[in-house]
Amino acid sequence: MSGAASPASVTVLRGDPYHLGHSRDGHGESRATGRGTGGPSPKRIIVAYGFWIFILSDIVMFASFFASYAVLQGGVSDGPTGPEIFDLSRIAIETALLLLSSFTCGMASLALSARRMLLFQTAMAVTFCLGAGFVALEAMEFYDLIQRNAGPSRSAFLSSFFTLVGCHGLHVSIGLLWLLTMMAQVLAKGFRSDIVRRTLCFALFWHALDIVWVGVFSVVYLMGSIT
Amino acid sequence: MLGKLTLSAIPLDQPVPLVAGAVVALIVLGVIAWVVIAGHLPYLWREWITSVDHKRIGAMYCILALVMLIRGFSDAILMRSQHAVAYKAGGYLPPEHYDQIFSAHGVIMIFFGAMPFMIGLMNFAVPLQLGVRDVAFPTLNSVSFWLTASGALLVNVSLVVGEFARTGWWPAPPLSEVTYSPGVGVDYYLWAIQISGVGTLLSGVNLVTTILKMRAPGMSYLRMPMFCWTALASNLLIIAAFPILTATLAMLILDRYLGFHFFTDSHGGNSMMFMNLFWAWGHPEVYILALPAYGVFSEVISTFSGKPLFAYRSMVMATMAIFILSFMVWLHHFFTMGPGGDVNGVFAITSMIIAVPTGVKIFDWLFTMYGGRVRLTTAMLWSLGFMVTFVVGGATGVLLAIPPADFVLHNSMFLVAHFHNVMVSAVLFGAFAGYTYWFPKAFGFRLDEWWGKAAFWFGITGFVIVFGCFYWLGLLGMTRRMQHYDVADWRPWILISAFGVVVMFVGLVCQVVQLVVSIRRRDSLRDVTGDPWDGRSLEWATASPPPVFNFAALPEVHGEEAYWAIKSRAREQMRLREEPAYEPIEMPLNSPTGFICAFFSTLIGFAMIWYIWWLAAAGFLGAFVTFVVFAWRDTVEYEIPASEVAKVNRANRSTRLEALHGAGQRRAA
Repeated sequence: MSGAASPASVTVLRGDPYHLGHSRDGHGESRATGRGTGGPSPKRIIVAYGFWIFILSDIVMFASFFASYAVLQGGVSDGPTGPEIFDLSRIAIETALLLLSSFTCGMASLALSARRMLLFQTAMAVTFCLGAGFVALEAMEFYDLIQRNAGPSRSAFLSSFFTLVGCHGLHVSIGLLWLLTMMAQVLAKGFRSDIVRRTLCFALFWHALDIVWVGVFSVVYLMGSIT
Repeated sequence: MLGKLTLSAIPLDQPVPLVAGAVVALIVLGVIAWVVIAGHLPYLWREWITSVDHKRIGAMYCILALVMLIRGFSDAILMRSQHAVAYKAGGYLPPEHYDQIFSAHGVIMIFFGAMPFMIGLMNFAVPLQLGVRDVAFPTLNSVSFWLTASGALLVNVSLVVGEFARTGWWPAPPLSEVTYSPGVGVDYYLWAIQISGVGTLLSGVNLVTTILKMRAPGMSYLRMPMFCWTALASNLLIIAAFPILTATLAMLILDRYLGFHFFTDSHGGNSMMFMNLFWAWGHPEVYILALPAYGVFSEVISTFSGKPLFAYRSMVMATMAIFILSFMVWLHHFFTMGPGGDVNGVFAITSMIIAVPTGVKIFDWLFTMYGGRVRLTTAMLWSLGFMVTFVVGGATGVLLAIPPADFVLHNSMFLVAHFHNVMVSAVLFGAFAGYTYWFPKAFGFRLDEWWGKAAFWFGITGFVIVFGCFYWLGLLGMTRRMQHYDVADWRPWILISAFGVVVMFVGLVCQVVQLVVSIRRRDSLRDVTGDPWDGRSLEWATASPPPVFNFAALPEVHGEEAYWAIKSRAREQMRLREEPAYEPIEMPLNSPTGFICAFFSTLIGFAMIWYIWWLAAAGFLGAFVTFVVFAWRDTVEYEIPASEVAKVNRANRSTRLEALHGAGQRRAA
């Protein structure tokens, strides 16, 4: 036994006599796993939940870039303003491509739960093409701007514009890499439960990028074209 | 080929960093050599480096933190000794070197001392307290740790290769822009913090998911131990605040590397935006560090008072109130930078409001001790020391929250005294309390109490001397970050504070001796039952050290203080609870993914600092391949047979039963 600090040497005290802030028993909580008193959640829930939280943190990061864009929007210095450089027709095509890719990504998720390999691979491949088209159009936009001496080092407005839009583009590019990896994994290993979970996380990521793009589209391009 | 990196990056003309670096390198090489020659390398690789066990990872976080605390403290010794001799003289540290030292001191203490210590304690204790087998994502946990270690390594590399930032611990533009800081110092800062920041964020995601989705059956939110609540609040803050830091530092990186104009104050850039963004992370960061420490104090005070935590629900409310309020006060870090009277007024009031829930906590701890049978162990001493000194730090904080007072005191030694007063007494004392409290759980033997108490008394005495002098120096008009001075009135207080550092150093020595003595005398300090302090939460319901699966069967929770209920019943009935039906347990396989990822991210960081683009690209490729290889694994878990689980659990049950009967006989006699 371990001397003075052993349980033996301590008299059992009755506890806080007023029992303030303690309830006696039960909290009327459900027996559901994870959120209630029913023990740990199944793995599928844990993985998706954790990934949701990661997406939330990603959205906080985007929020910081949005905020800096809002602050620096007027800092055009001697460079061009938003309406002078935004090509709304190209942005419309970009938006259409990305929104469509979310639809096909949804198809891929359905194929995944139906365990239909061909449909899954086709839907993922179409998603990839749409996403790659989006990234290509954005790269063209950036290239054009830099050619016209409207690159990110011209003014604070352009710095924040390139960073916000580019951060989204970088996310989509990483998503494309992830997409290809998941296609290869499903092809090589089949619909194994851990791979299915991972693919569902990818789908969450892809849809979240769509939501961010709606913000970029509205705040940067639409509102920027009005002023 | 090697970017900006040449042999001239090694400061052969500056003896101080070179000697310090050489000593550190010798120690590291010596340890590595000893590990290899004594044949411990396979063991270390198998059981620690590739481990995905939350207990091992938590312990490694704490070890990293202890080493970095010593590194940060040596910077403090340099600064105090420089001031002791720099009266009407240049001292022995030239300005460009002194600037690096106070920057490195802050960065190391916050990011690589305090952060890993708190995350380590949470990693270790939270799954045990929740009564589960591991965190939600064990391999990700290992990645988090090794990324933090990678950041710490980069900061230390800057000691001998190149230089560190001279900007202070927050790299305020335009000083940190390439115009005024053309060297690699700020780049070391940026990449080290970005890499370790990713690790911290992932660790936050992991622990929040664990707490919200994985608790033992019956453990509703309002039955969780207080440490789990504070861990939840702290990790939610990590998720909400760290992305802001990542974004802000990314903007500064773009400014420095690609000529962007976020903070340049030219071409429309705005350096005040950096202040707002940085402190929008920076103030929550204070509570990311302090909240888990509050949790430690709650556990320690309740255990060593032999009473449940007083007013548990008000403590939960106070914790969550601090969590929300911590996002509403950031502007008090720059009252003097021109936000105007109205804005200052709003933030002054929110800053004072945040003292209210903190005050609630202090009273809850006091009333927990009231009427209890208080045992003055080392952990309890640190908690008491915290309560006394922290109240002073909090009061000076409320004082600084008054804008007119802040206009007089900002950037003075009074401010330095204030934030050390709160950070050291909350975070560092909390870290030591938690370290002493959970050490027997982690390693199976207690730490020596005599040396622990000596460390406490020297530590707190030195701390009060140093920062008491700082308060006074601030009132005498001394500003922070001075390399030398010529005011005769300051001199005695500066000398006394230098003496205080000597006292603190004795405390540090006692801390190290305590560890050595305890390891040598581990057999007499052995914790055989797994409950050395008469604890109240579930981590004390399993053996010390716990088996890899933590609990043979997940405990059923029927109320608050889950383990206290189990133990009280056992004491009344003089027998242990029913033996569970043993089942085989599946545990995650170890994986070197975290270590290899950190290797590549160190490469990326180093390459980006020195503009070695090909190496950075290779690092990114390596990290991606590592992930794909990890994702390609076919077996991710291994099974521990029911017989093995039974054997481990029965061994612990027999010692517990022995202790129970021993106690019963003593009571009868």
